[in-house]
Amino acid sequence: MPRFILRNIVKFALLMIAVSMATFVLVSISPIDPVQANVGQAALINMSEAKRAQLAEYWGVNTPLWERYVNWITAAFQGDLGTSLRYNAPVADVIATRALNSLALMATAWVVSGVLGFALGILAGANRGRLVDRIVKGYCFLLASVPTFWLGLVFLIVFSVWLGWFPFGFSVPIGVAAADVTLADALHHLALPALTLSVVGVANIALHTREKTIDVLESDYVRFACARGLSTWGALRHHGLRNLALPALTLQFASISEIFGGSVLVEQVFSYPGLGQAAVTAGLGGDVALLAGIAVLSAAFVFGGNLIANMLYGVVDPRIRRGEGEARTHA
Amino acid sequence: MERLTEKEVNGLRERVQGETLRGVPGDRQADERRAALRHEALRHEDAQAHHHHTHAPVSRHEHGHHLLQVEDLSVGFRMYQEDEPFFRAKQRMVPVIENLSISVHVGEIVAVVGASGSGKTLLADAILGLYEPNATVCGRIWYDGEPQDAASLAGLRGRGISLVPQSVNNLDPLMKVGRQVEGFARTDVPLATRRTRRRELFARYGLGEDAAGLYPHQLSGGMARRVLLCCALMDDPRVIIADEPTPGLDLPLALAALADFRSFADEGNGVLLITHDIELALGVADRVAVFRDGTVVEETAVANFASPDTLAHPFSRELWHALPEHDFVVPSASQLAGQGDEEGGPHA
Repeated sequence: MPRFILRNIVKFALLMIAVSMATFVLVSISPIDPVQANVGQAALINMSEAKRAQLAEYWGVNTPLWERYVNWITAAFQGDLGTSLRYNAPVADVIATRALNSLALMATAWVVSGVLGFALGILAGANRGRLVDRIVKGYCFLLASVPTFWLGLVFLIVFSVWLGWFPFGFSVPIGVAAADVTLADALHHLALPALTLSVVGVANIALHTREKTIDVLESDYVRFACARGLSTWGALRHHGLRNLALPALTLQFASISEIFGGSVLVEQVFSYPGLGQAAVTAGLGGDVALLAGIAVLSAAFVFGGNLIANMLYGVVDPRIRRGEGEARTHA
Repeated sequence: MERLTEKEVNGLRERVQGETLRGVPGDRQADERRAALRHEALRHEDAQAHHHHTHAPVSRHEHGHHLLQVEDLSVGFRMYQEDEPFFRAKQRMVPVIENLSISVHVGEIVAVVGASGSGKTLLADAILGLYEPNATVCGRIWYDGEPQDAASLAGLRGRGISLVPQSVNNLDPLMKVGRQVEGFARTDVPLATRRTRRRELFARYGLGEDAAGLYPHQLSGGMARRVLLCCALMDDPRVIIADEPTPGLDLPLALAALADFRSFADEGNGVLLITHDIELALGVADRVAVFRDGTVVEETAVANFASPDTLAHPFSRELWHALPEHDFVVPSASQLAGQGDEEGGPHA
């Protein structure tokens, strides 16, 4: 057990360093001139040479890459993620306010897509070849090939413009003081982007669970369970769910990265002020500190998701529990 | 599956019993249904050939009928023709079992002996009412004198007929074996009762209480075999269908497995032992059904395997000659692939 923890801590640290380094390198070789991007074309031309140099100094254009990186990472180790030049605020603050929005969005989408996908997958797999299966399969194939942003636009047109059920964007109503925003308002604004993300996320897990359900139904142990008098659904309930939950859970925790990626697009479409939108702004504005902060946080999230998936294997599957560490005690 | 109406059955039974009382022998030309019922009511001499099988000394007709009787069973699969182009391929029926008849009496072990992969497991599936969607099954099956159809056969699973599968793969890999042996299907029996019954069975078969807390992958070969047997015995069956219960076990374990079936049969039950290992079958079974090309070519008492002269079918005689303690002549290459494991015959 201590070895397991230590190994993961080392892995985590290496991942963080690699991600932040990659972010710095990518931003430095990107053709975007941060001064021009943030001041604007017209303003830049009318600017005096001295002013321009001052701005370049502010954005750290002339500081070599390695020096900027070393400065950033030493500060980061002390808990200071630097200042977002674009938002003119500490990176930690920017991320904190936006992460809350994003987390609500992603958590909703993650849970809904996971539960719905799992249920649809079992339904389709158990009724293989029948109408239900064809409908679920068709739905999944369709969704798997639909781009997230396009679906977001379609939902906006249908639900916001035509039906008028949901607001057009943002996380709170326009023209309302922050103190007056109710939870209902927040949920109302959350609904459509969350729905978009959920609907897209369903396809993967549903198709995967469907295949697994078919495998399980054809397995020797389900045949034997049926030979002992269980119905197909009974066998699925008593022997299928555990065997299906393992791959589904893994997939769902591993898909945190996809939800993260999807949220960038969805937040952009719905003007939802979350991490994804901040990441786009930071990338386009050459705001290395903010981008690195977001990248590191996302990587930590995905790492956490995969780590949980790994540990869940052990909880659900006794064969892995035995293989991985005899020392780990279990209920 | 065809099912006689109750009236028809009763009518036939009365007639048959009447004929028996008057001492009229069975009419071989009579139509098959009547013959089957008549057959049930007849009293048979030991090792007497009747219908299409000969009896062993232990074979008994309780209440005047077989424990399990299968008549003219055919199983076919609807498949696309393999040699045709993909889109033009037509469907055709591929028969796997044809006109198979076999009977299990009270107190006996009947071994169905045939090559691996020749469709013997389908016989087990057909009796258990486990049909693939593309399968066509026809024939007549009686359980304890009652004609059955697909639905009633499904109803007999775990409630009269139990399966002992081949290997530990037939257990849910993620569930402790104790819980699995107790089972989920018999919701009519309280869990506490089933648990007590499971404890008794485990004690009887030398499985400790700690074995109940193991997962299937932690079982040794011998433990797995006993656990699978306990699964079947849990439901107090009259008939056990054992599908290749011995491969992968060394000789002492295989013999122990067969001894367990023997004692089960001796308690007044029946065992249908499906195996490719004729030597092991001859050692434990009372009667042997020789399975070939999807049908039983001969169903005879084990005693008749003493000499080729008492075997009726040429293939059975070829089998006799192929046995190591006889001529050890392999019939023709494909006829008994997989037969003759390294184990020596138990009765050698």
